[in-house]
Amino acid sequence: MHLGVSESMRECEYSQISTRSSTPMETPYKKKTPKKRKWQSFPGRNRFFCNGRIMMAKQTGVFYLTLVLILLTCGLFFTFDCPYLAQQLTPVIPVIGGVLFIFVLGTLLRTSFSDPGVLPRATPDEAADLERQIDVANGSTGYRPPPRTKEVVINGQTVKLKYCFTCKIFRPPRASHCSLCDNCVERFDHHCPWVGNCVGRRNYRFFYMFILSLSFLTIFIFAFVITHIILSSQEGGFLSALKDSPARLSCITVLEVVVCFFSVWSIVGLSGFHTYLISSNQTTNEDIKGSWSSKKGKDNYNPYSHGNVFANCCAALCGPLPPSLIDRRGFVQSDSPQLAPPTNGITMYGATQSQQSHMCDQDQCIQSTKFVLQAAATPLLQQQSSEPVILTASHENGGTLPGRASLVLGGPCTSLPLGQPTPPTSTSSLSCHEPADMLPIHGHGHGLQEPVAHHHYLTPDEVPSPPGMLPCGSPMGHGHTLQAGFYDPASQDSLHEDSVRGLVKLSSV
Amino acid sequence: VWFQFHNLQDLRHSASLVTKVFIQRDYSEGTVCRFLTKFPSELDNRIERSLFEETVKTLNSYYIEAEKIGGQSYLEGCLACATAYIAFLCMETRYEQVLKKISGYIQEQNEKVYAPRGLLLTDPIERGMRVLEISVFEDQGSVSSSPSSSMSLAGGSA
Repeated sequence: MHLGVSESMRECEYSQISTRSSTPMETPYKKKTPKKRKWQSFPGRNRFFCNGRIMMAKQTGVFYLTLVLILLTCGLFFTFDCPYLAQQLTPVIPVIGGVLFIFVLGTLLRTSFSDPGVLPRATPDEAADLERQIDVANGSTGYRPPPRTKEVVINGQTVKLKYCFTCKIFRPPRASHCSLCDNCVERFDHHCPWVGNCVGRRNYRFFYMFILSLSFLTIFIFAFVITHIILSSQEGGFLSALKDSPARLSCITVLEVVVCFFSVWSIVGLSGFHTYLISSNQTTNEDIKGSWSSKKGKDNYNPYSHGNVFANCCAALCGPLPPSLIDRRGFVQSDSPQLAPPTNGITMYGATQSQQSHMCDQDQCIQSTKFVLQAAATPLLQQQSSEPVILTASHENGGTLPGRASLVLGGPCTSLPLGQPTPPTSTSSLSCHEPADMLPIHGHGHGLQEPVAHHHYLTPDEVPSPPGMLPCGSPMGHGHTLQAGFYDPASQDSLHEDSVRGLVKLSSV
Repeated sequence: VWFQFHNLQDLRHSASLVTKVFIQRDYSEGTVCRFLTKFPSELDNRIERSLFEETVKTLNSYYIEAEKIGGQSYLEGCLACATAYIAFLCMETRYEQVLKKISGYIQEQNEKVYAPRGLLLTDPIERGMRVLEISVFEDQGSVSSSPSSSMSLAGGSA
């Protein structure tokens, strides 16, 4: 049946069969296969720790850098400056410093480890139902349908809901698909490499408190290190203050000052920008695209705003915290009734196809969905014993294959943020909090050196090219194409093609 | 209660699934969780319109209660902030409490209203709050020919 299938596909299929059950042979008396938790078969490109309790993006290198920078600077401050300051001025200083430090760490870990508001992908039945509705609306079969959008009127504004081909759902308003994590995230703000996670509905307030408290902490440390230098130079000359203390100490002081100086500009700038966003109830994503700016039209306003600054702030920071929708630690249920295609062989092929399709060509994706639809169109009356094949195999497939493909992908897409190990530079970060001039400034080449600005570049797949490659390409083109706001399904193709090439490379080894 | 539960189990395991109806989200009031109250045509002869609308409206009101920005949510937010959000690890948020109430309500609705009509509601939280899934099973009235399923149901309702 699968003679015509390429070597790589067959390889994947064989591995699919072997991972389906824990024993190689289907032993009839072995009724229980070890229960898997849902995070183990999660289709997105995330990493889980502590048996599903902790969830982060795939690339976490920059997050460790953030941790090291914070711990190092604070450690040096507490070890070398605090004793002197506590003695000379007041012991309250280390206490306040300590409180700020703990708060910063707490909010950082909370931002990095929590689920940003990932939307689970559609179940096969839902996807089939949506496809049916879209086909009925279009009246088309066979050829590639136009971009799928649905229009809603929210508080008087017309908002377009886009269809996500990867997750097979119509994205709720303000949701976006993060290409780095390969998930749709509710109220998507941006993907932050510094915290190693997306920032969305569920962790935006932690992110904001993190950058706010970090601003206070860096200003605090900066101020008191300078105070230390001034005070100890008053006792002797300035140079003697640096010379008397061992050379090591003076290096440390200079290091602290340098780190804090650069951090202050970028972090404080970022805090200011996000304060503006919160008070106007916008996401970074919306602000960059100018979705609600009055430049787009006289009647263009933000339909989500509560009217005044205070209400918006309260809503963002003190609103209810929605629970995670993806149930990471639940067990995979394989016995729920499903409207599945009848025969085993077709199911396997369909499952293989539909699983790889979200990494393969757009056409294959649509073909396989239509295939499943056609098979499902015949009267479906029985529960399938073959559905564990669809569920577990496809999830495992989805779990392993994207992981392997992203080994190749991870390089080009995220190399740019990772390639900036130096602390944020001073001037270009100021561009972050100038909302009116956002696009032209981001169009500048300065954006390339500014890791902070990457927050804004690393926005979802509306951008025609994969975001990680974007700054390498044409920053000006980036600005223009974002303005168009036109959804092109081909936008995901280059990413998918890369992963297909990667897959073939890996499987041929 | 036992016989009702038995009825639900029967539905899930022995009755045949005909189709699934998906009630989509209503975004006309923003990102707040609401479901469309439009009556789907597939349920035309299975359940009364008023019962269905009653269910959806009650669910919507529960979600509004969960997402309400008011006294309790402010208190929770400020308390949690003061403890560097460690408090969220220990306590159950208001949203989670309301979700528990919702799943209790759905279970009750299934037992009393939907299962006797061969329908089954799935809690939206299990579908990522995207849809309210209603599983439609074979109409019991037309199943007189197959003795096994009618026997199990008769046994259930006895």
